[in-house]
Amino acid sequence: MNEIYRTDALIAEDIDAYLETHQHKTMLRFITCGSVDDGKSTLIGRLLYDSKMIFEDQLATLEADSKRVGTQGEAIDFALLVDGLAAEREQGITIDVAYRFFATEKRKFIVADTPGHEQYTRNMVTGASTADLAVILIDARKGVLTQTRRHSYLAHLLGIRHLVLAINKMDLIGYDRAAYDRILTEYRAFADSIGITDFTPIPISGLAGDNITTRSANTPWHDGPTLMEHLETVELDQTLDQQKPFRMQVQWVNRPNLDFRGFAGTIASGHVSVGEEIRVLPSGKTSTIARIATLDGDLDMAVAGQAVTLCFADEIDCSRGQVITAAKSPVEVADQFEATVIWMDEDALIPGRSYWLKLGPQTVSAAVAAPKYQVNVNTMEHLAAKSLDLNAIGVATITTDRDIPFSPYADSRDLGGFILIDKMTNRTVGAGLIHFALRRASNIHWQATDISRDHHAGMKNQKPMVLWMTGLSGSGKSTIANIVEKKLARMNRHTFLLDGDNVRHGLNKDLGFTDADRVENIRRVGEVAKLMTDAGLIVITAFISPFRSERDMVRSMMQPGEFVEIFIDTPLEEAEKRDVKGLYAKARSGQLKNFTGIDSPYEAPESPQIRIDTTKMSAEEAADLITEKLIP
Amino acid sequence: MSLRSLTHLQRLEAEAIHIMREVVSEAEKPVMLYSVGKDSAVMLHLAKKAFYPSPPPFPLLHVDTTWKFRDMYALRDRAARKAGMQLLVHQNPDAVRQGINPFDHGGLHTDMWKTEGLKQALDLHGFDAAFGGARRDEEKSRAKERIFSFRTASHRWDPKNQRPELWRVYNARKAKGESMRVFPLSNWTELDIWQYIHLENIEIVPLYYAAERPTVIRDGLMLMVDDDRFPLQGEEPVMRSVRFRTLGCYPLTGAVESRATTLPEIIQEMLLTTTSERQGRAIDHDQAASMEKKKQEGYF
Repeated sequence: MNEIYRTDALIAEDIDAYLETHQHKTMLRFITCGSVDDGKSTLIGRLLYDSKMIFEDQLATLEADSKRVGTQGEAIDFALLVDGLAAEREQGITIDVAYRFFATEKRKFIVADTPGHEQYTRNMVTGASTADLAVILIDARKGVLTQTRRHSYLAHLLGIRHLVLAINKMDLIGYDRAAYDRILTEYRAFADSIGITDFTPIPISGLAGDNITTRSANTPWHDGPTLMEHLETVELDQTLDQQKPFRMQVQWVNRPNLDFRGFAGTIASGHVSVGEEIRVLPSGKTSTIARIATLDGDLDMAVAGQAVTLCFADEIDCSRGQVITAAKSPVEVADQFEATVIWMDEDALIPGRSYWLKLGPQTVSAAVAAPKYQVNVNTMEHLAAKSLDLNAIGVATITTDRDIPFSPYADSRDLGGFILIDKMTNRTVGAGLIHFALRRASNIHWQATDISRDHHAGMKNQKPMVLWMTGLSGSGKSTIANIVEKKLARMNRHTFLLDGDNVRHGLNKDLGFTDADRVENIRRVGEVAKLMTDAGLIVITAFISPFRSERDMVRSMMQPGEFVEIFIDTPLEEAEKRDVKGLYAKARSGQLKNFTGIDSPYEAPESPQIRIDTTKMSAEEAADLITEKLIP
Repeated sequence: MSLRSLTHLQRLEAEAIHIMREVVSEAEKPVMLYSVGKDSAVMLHLAKKAFYPSPPPFPLLHVDTTWKFRDMYALRDRAARKAGMQLLVHQNPDAVRQGINPFDHGGLHTDMWKTEGLKQALDLHGFDAAFGGARRDEEKSRAKERIFSFRTASHRWDPKNQRPELWRVYNARKAKGESMRVFPLSNWTELDIWQYIHLENIEIVPLYYAAERPTVIRDGLMLMVDDDRFPLQGEEPVMRSVRFRTLGCYPLTGAVESRATTLPEIIQEMLLTTTSERQGRAIDHDQAASMEKKKQEGYF
């Protein structure tokens, strides 16, 4: 057992002294990048073993397993400790991010252990997001590989400041310094090319233990630290974060009674003291800190990383998602950004679709534009892309539905890193890193017009609305819409009918029928319908509009209550039987791709305001029902 | 201005508080699972800190098997009262009716009281988020479980379909009927738990401290005869100085011989000991993947 880890003698003789030292340990989170072939599991296994994180019963199992299935003969196969990937596969258990723990005299460590292959890019990104340091493993016999470049790029992208280049299996190349130097030179050139200015190379053998915890006699030419020395002394991100300006995202407003109003959150950067002037964003209101309240008594000061509750001297508005900053150095506020987006879902990104964007405690609606480019994660080349598939990384413009306070990701992971959530499945489908704002809130001017939308509507003596008919092709949308418009016209209502087929001859003639194009089709129609309601019109639309999220997007564009979803409910068999335009026959024979109901899904409304069952009523009866319901 | 590095315990504490505040903000009806063990004690303590000066804005739920140690029931009621929180106790009525017990019913005991009982209680009250005190260092399938662990409407966990969890941003969105299990102590180790209890002076069940207790040895486990429901098979209970490293149903929880009567002594013993914590629990003695299977079925 290695002495640097734990002094069993001290534990046995003076447990109080031991506890005293150990209560002052710091914590480092790191990620190991590499594959089983690079000796990654062996390395982690050795770190756990050397720091005595393995108990006798586990060790007994390990020894038995090593003899049975290990690759090291009679010796212990450390790799079996951490993964036994083969075993996991056999049992059908997922290969994923696993977190392991060990501690030394100085620090506690959390290791994010992720598989290294390209198809696990999202797992590595996840593990890297919370890491202070990355250990990039290289097999000394193989040198710098494609995966080395990919891992380094991802670690750098996610903002990991400390890279360790662990050149492993030195024992297998006879501790050859020249070979080591060649690898180093090649890696340095690559690192320079992608903006990695600093890294720490260490020649190691996970199997033989060289330069892991003790300096190896086999590499007298190595003048750097051992892996463990480096892990124990490297500067923590937290130390750096404390030196930045004060920022805290508000998670929860604590209001137990009328005398106490506190804002709870985790300090993202800097420090805060009682009496200091602060500013709340996006409102820009200022106050001073009156109290920093905790269960153990009030604090005078709190620093980055602490979860605290702040009370202000003045009653100013502040709620979940807002950001408290030092008054003199506030963060920016914007609703459009350039960001790197990492796609994490089996279903590809649909540009223009509305997703939830969660940045810290703040959730808003956001759309991702078609990527400016995609990055080849192996070569870092920029490629043209219309969308992003699982594990793809690209740069795109993000537009949110309201202003949000933020920082560039390079300055703050908490204020610049966000996730994207699918509004229907609620899955986390992507992650994003904000580069900069494209449109700052302070620069947006909405041209105020003197004739307001109320004025337009008042002149027409009607309430503007959008009658949104959705249903399968051939369900009868256009027919019913047409009759509804005639009826409304007879009642002196000012209307306009936007028909799916007609719009595709003009406004949307550049769009096809892929999922992405369908989304854009509906977005444009929504914008047009919105302008028309501003002009005071009653807009009737007849579009298949197969996806719930787009219908919800249009709903959210309108004033509350103005969007009326009308489900023209015709079963597929019935619509196909009618086949007025002969399209179902074409789709069935394969001449027509992406046809709703055949090879593209239709997501029926869950609670439409009006549902028309066309198997039970005629188009005329349906139109009557709609007009009666809307214009009593 | 002198700045200081936070210690590992301060960072773990802040992380757990952050997680609890997220849940309270995003869930409609959260609850804290409270098993009366040391991890639950730490979790409850952190909840008090997270929401101070408000009491934690959710109730405690004890999924009871009726077979816990008597000392546990006593502390349970006292701890809830001191925290100013509502305590809900659920006993699976089917298990009550059928008199399910660990002596006659083996695995069914855990299934019915704990797994089924938990599902019943969550459904009964309509809780959509439940805090649990599980840690990733406990066993392999936990190591890769998310902090916000999503469950289907039938309480199933799908290890292949977990949401990526980045930074401190947690996705707590779900459809009606679905729920989350949330583990604020994910990144704590057993040693962290003990150190924190010591540092914060948290009250724990006396069974963790060594004392003279009546015990019998059965199937390799040293069991405490906590009440007269323990069917003795000709064994004579022997008074031994023992303590428990982990607490569950008393007929399923193995004691260790010990003289550790203070927290530092417990930590000392733990550090010098050579067997892992869960060895004292009968539930894990099946194959390695057993926990993963149990969790897929809805076990915490």
